[in-house]
Amino acid sequence: MDLKEKLTASFLAFENQVDTDTYVHDVRNEAIKIFEEKGFPTKKEEAWKYTSLNSVLKEDYSVFPKKENAIEYNDVKKYFIHDIDTFNVVFIDGKYSSHLSQTTHDGLDVCLMSSALTKPKYRLIIENYFNKAATKDSLPSLNTAFSSEGAYIHIPKNKLVQKPIQIIYFSTGNEAATMLQPRNLIVVDENSHVQIIERHQSLTDNPVLTNSVTEIFTNKRAIVDYYKIQNDNQSATLIDNTFIKQKQESVASVHTFAFGGKLVRNNLNFYQTGERIESTLKGVTIIGDKQHVDHNTLVHHIEPNCESHQDYKGIFGENSTGVFNGKIIVEKEAQKTNAFQANNNILISDKATINTKPQLEIFADDVKCSHGCTIGQLDESAMFYMRSRGIPEKEAKALLMYAFSNNVLSSVKIPEIKQRITKIIANKLGVNIGFDL
Amino acid sequence: MLKIENLHASVEDKAILRGINLEVKAGEVHAIMGPNGSGKSTLASVIAGKEEYEVTEGDITFNGEDIHELAAEERAHKGVFLSFQYPVEIPGVSVTNFMKTAINETRKAKGLEDMPAKDMLKLIREKSELLEIDRKFLSRSLNEGFSGGEKKRNEIFQMAMLEPKLAILDETDSGLDIDALRIVANGVNKLKSKDNAVIVITHYQRLLDYIVPDFVHVLYNGRIVKSGGKELAHELEEKGYDWIKEEVNA
Ligand SMILES: Nc1ncnc2c1ncn2[C@@H]1O[C@H](COP(=O)(O)OP(=O)(O)OP(=O)(O)O)[C@@H](O)[C@H]1O
Ligand SMILES: [Mg+2]
Repeated sequence: MDLKEKLTASFLAFENQVDTDTYVHDVRNEAIKIFEEKGFPTKKEEAWKYTSLNSVLKEDYSVFPKKENAIEYNDVKKYFIHDIDTFNVVFIDGKYSSHLSQTTHDGLDVCLMSSALTKPKYRLIIENYFNKAATKDSLPSLNTAFSSEGAYIHIPKNKLVQKPIQIIYFSTGNEAATMLQPRNLIVVDENSHVQIIERHQSLTDNPVLTNSVTEIFTNKRAIVDYYKIQNDNQSATLIDNTFIKQKQESVASVHTFAFGGKLVRNNLNFYQTGERIESTLKGVTIIGDKQHVDHNTLVHHIEPNCESHQDYKGIFGENSTGVFNGKIIVEKEAQKTNAFQANNNILISDKATINTKPQLEIFADDVKCSHGCTIGQLDESAMFYMRSRGIPEKEAKALLMYAFSNNVLSSVKIPEIKQRITKIIANKLGVNIGFDL
Repeated sequence: MLKIENLHASVEDKAILRGINLEVKAGEVHAIMGPNGSGKSTLASVIAGKEEYEVTEGDITFNGEDIHELAAEERAHKGVFLSFQYPVEIPGVSVTNFMKTAINETRKAKGLEDMPAKDMLKLIREKSELLEIDRKFLSRSLNEGFSGGEKKRNEIFQMAMLEPKLAILDETDSGLDIDALRIVANGVNKLKSKDNAVIVITHYQRLLDYIVPDFVHVLYNGRIVKSGGKELAHELEEKGYDWIKEEVNA
């Protein structure tokens, strides 16, 4: 039985476990039909031309966690941003870990999707928002069909959330292979501001396939800063489907730091449904070995006077491959749109590959759109300059690569994240960069 | 300190240096002049260890040690410094962070611990004051968007920080206004001692009024074709290079 058959066959059993008398029940049923019909994407689809899931799908995944697993905080502390006070919503093999979490209902909700999906007091929000931003593509639909757990965050209006919220998914490798379907819903009401950090971390070398969906709604003048730290084991695959629906004057940014995993696919979609919206999509990718990272972005400009900024930097070593596919749609009504996209790449090995493709569909006439992509090697004259000052080749390379990614790092608003990322970069490059930020 | 014998160097099979002989002793200042394209920057780069240039013949020794196989950073650790004719822009690395890295890597190579942050700050303050460099400047990306003169002043700031044994200044005077020229020359002179040496590459007598050379060499077509005292620079300023070219071609 292949994975698709296994999943569709388990759906009934899954549905029986959960409350069937809800709005979500119908959504799930519709979603499994879509997945059944479309199946896993293949390279024949334009959006998956450079990313094949074949090697990932052949594992025999357990699709539900069989038992609850526990881990000690001290063993996983390093995966937390722990030097500042944060809310934490933590999952182990897809199940909520109250032990590692710090949630709240005090003036805002930072809690669990499983409660939101079942408790009457969340019903209105669920009916208004759940699956209202996600597309009907096969992988988001698969997630929707099996959605039962994840982070649920609701920030009511006029609230500046002081502590960042960390959403962390651990997998213990207690099963030979695990498939996870995390589902996050984040609703930020008028004038509120929140910062969120998301991470998926496998703790062993057993294969993990995560097909995650995050829906984010930013209401009028809301501000959301979202950071994705992807630095997983070589046996972990992440398909991240993130959908952000913005209302007027809201400001949303997503920074994606892709350093690891076997295969990572980021489907990041922004929908601007109001005027004077700002959307920022930034990313740093540093990979080697046979790693594969694919950034597939969409910014849909629907209303006038909005802006979007995309800036993705990639450094590819050894046999790694990168994909950047950035689509910008500017609808006819979206006059005075300002859309910027840049994708710069450095190949530090002859065997590394990058496929980069901007796609612009512009139907309005009074817009400013710019896009550019570059693929290059490390600047030799800069290398000699640094080495002539006594900085050895390896460190000079690292410094150049760090400098290359610095544009993206400089817009990170949480200093502890910036420090953490700098450390990961230094680690990746096998050097000790001689300064802190 | 530096001894170059019959040095030939080429890039992509094109010979640029064709038999250079030069000896620089501790405490000396040498000026190298010569027409555009004669090989002055190439000589500087070869001494500093730029791999792009292939040494096809000859020897370079530094304090008695053959350095021609050494990497650029190893030469730097031994005390060779090149002030670039065209300093390279490195966006994303601040002047301060760059210098901290350079100093600590040099210390590491000598088996020393990192310089304590306090001492580093003090050193940076002291040397930036010497070259009248504004503090704000130090947090900017290295050379990015610096004016021509700012870049050159920054090179000498780096030299002051690293305190090399042999400093090669490749057209450090070009792009400097009159005040900056004085400040930079003053900086170089402050760092001069009987234990170190300077090679000044320049087109103009002006700089040599401040940094007075013990020897002046003329490089033409990849060879040192004439050497003399500081009066040779005056002669060149007056008469140009034609008479030398004629002498050589005769
Ligand atoms: N990397 C290179 N590739 C090809 N040619 C080179 C390279 N480097 C130097 N040359 C050539 O070698 C010759 C000497 O160049 P160099 O820069 O050393 O001259 P210079 O004496 O410093 O001139 P200037 O006074 O204009 O600075 C020139 O003809 C130059 O074009
Ligand atoms: Mg030159």
